[in-house]
Amino acid sequence: MAYVTKSPWVIHYDGSSCNGCDIEVLACLTPMYDVERFGIINSGNPKHADVLLITGSVNEQNKPVVQQIYDEMLQPKVVVAIGACACTGGVFRECYNIIGGADQAIPVDVYVPGCAARPESIIDGVVKGLAVLAEKREKVAKGETVTEGEQAE
Amino acid sequence: MAKRTVIPFGPQHPVLPEPVHLDLVLEDETVVEAIPSIGYIHRGLEKLVEKREWPEMVSVIERICGICSFGHGMGYCLSIEGNMGIQIPERAEYLRLIWHELGRVHSHLLWLGLLADSFGFESLYMHTWKLRETVLDLFERTTGGRVIFSVCKVGGLRRDVDADTLALMERKLTELVPEIEELAKVFIEDSSVGSRLKGVGVLTAEEAAALGAVGPVARGSGLRMDVRLEEKDRLYVDLGFEPCVETAGDSHARCVVRIRELFQSIELIKAAIQRIPDGEVSVPVKGNPEREYIARVEQPRGEAYYYSKGAGEKFLKRIRVRTPTNANIPAMVKTLAGAQLADVPILILTIDPCISCTER
Repeated sequence: MAYVTKSPWVIHYDGSSCNGCDIEVLACLTPMYDVERFGIINSGNPKHADVLLITGSVNEQNKPVVQQIYDEMLQPKVVVAIGACACTGGVFRECYNIIGGADQAIPVDVYVPGCAARPESIIDGVVKGLAVLAEKREKVAKGETVTEGEQAE
Repeated sequence: MAKRTVIPFGPQHPVLPEPVHLDLVLEDETVVEAIPSIGYIHRGLEKLVEKREWPEMVSVIERICGICSFGHGMGYCLSIEGNMGIQIPERAEYLRLIWHELGRVHSHLLWLGLLADSFGFESLYMHTWKLRETVLDLFERTTGGRVIFSVCKVGGLRRDVDADTLALMERKLTELVPEIEELAKVFIEDSSVGSRLKGVGVLTAEEAAALGAVGPVARGSGLRMDVRLEEKDRLYVDLGFEPCVETAGDSHARCVVRIRELFQSIELIKAAIQRIPDGEVSVPVKGNPEREYIARVEQPRGEAYYYSKGAGEKFLKRIRVRTPTNANIPAMVKTLAGAQLADVPILILTIDPCISCTER
């Protein structure tokens, strides 16, 4: 955890998930798992956030919303796709209104599997995302361009 | 006439865990009209019946919503069991009741937390969610999952719960009651909470009936309606079930209804644990559904309705689910008109919206 030198703020957006992963994301923020002790705060504002937690898959109507939230976030930024739906479309991948995982709309850095993803694995995914964030921050500091969507796992 | 402004609310908004979009037409600070638009979470899972065999569909239907997933799985199973004329063992019925009511406890605690968050009482939100973890632990211990359980199947249940675990569940829930009472006192009696809830978003009994409100929204407006009562479910009748009704019709009344239901559900679970008979938890199922059937379930948010139509094949012809939030959106739009902008998050939350249920 040595690389958590700053307090990373997260923003959460529900693509078209069943709520299962969303309430697990919120469970991470509340006393039992309490990621606030690491300085991680859920921010409602994309401009304040470093990490985008996206749950659920992408459809035609929410694709522009997801892209807009991503574009509003400032560099360096990391996207964590949470749950089977955000990774690949999950149980709904054959539905007529589903395009696929979150990576169909925006570059994804870390994939967290599970249906629903457990809080432990969500926290693990965010911590992996923080390592990616630290790398990107160094690149930004050196004035290099940040390549988007480097996969941690 | 004051100048009108349109404020877009959502789909991404800090108070909403799920995306729904409202166009709020304002005159100064007062909402004149709220125009909802939905479709951000539509997946089209009812159409999946053409690709999944009916016994497999349980896992898909459960994923309509992660908050009331047990109720959805149970509703689908009830619909198919009714369709095929299957009588499940009594022990399975009791266990379904226990898990369904446990789901209500978890859902209402979740909602209370989100409500506290919506009026900016963050420590209350955190405390409520801390209590909710006790319920999730019980779910995990008995079903193996925290939010998606996959424990219901057509013909009964996939797993039994032993007597020790049931005793543990009873003990944990008994310990939980005083902790919930402490929180309930803040929600019901605290003056700052009251100033945000009392008299906000009043929905009269006539309006609630005319707009077709269901669940705690209808009961908060004084309508004595509950599927558990109307279906004359034998188990609930035996346990002496009587719905919690409040008459004020404002946000505070809807909050009180849900708090009373928390205690009621815990009492129902404890009574069911005392009465649960021994025996099998599933019966073998042969053949395929051939008829049409409608089953109804009282979800934490209100009445949910499951229609199934079979054709004697492995694939059903049609599944149709009508969820409570769908029925409550007209009531929400009604309460929003004339409200203050600052009260909008509270009014949206008091119907306990579940958008992924609504859009499926």
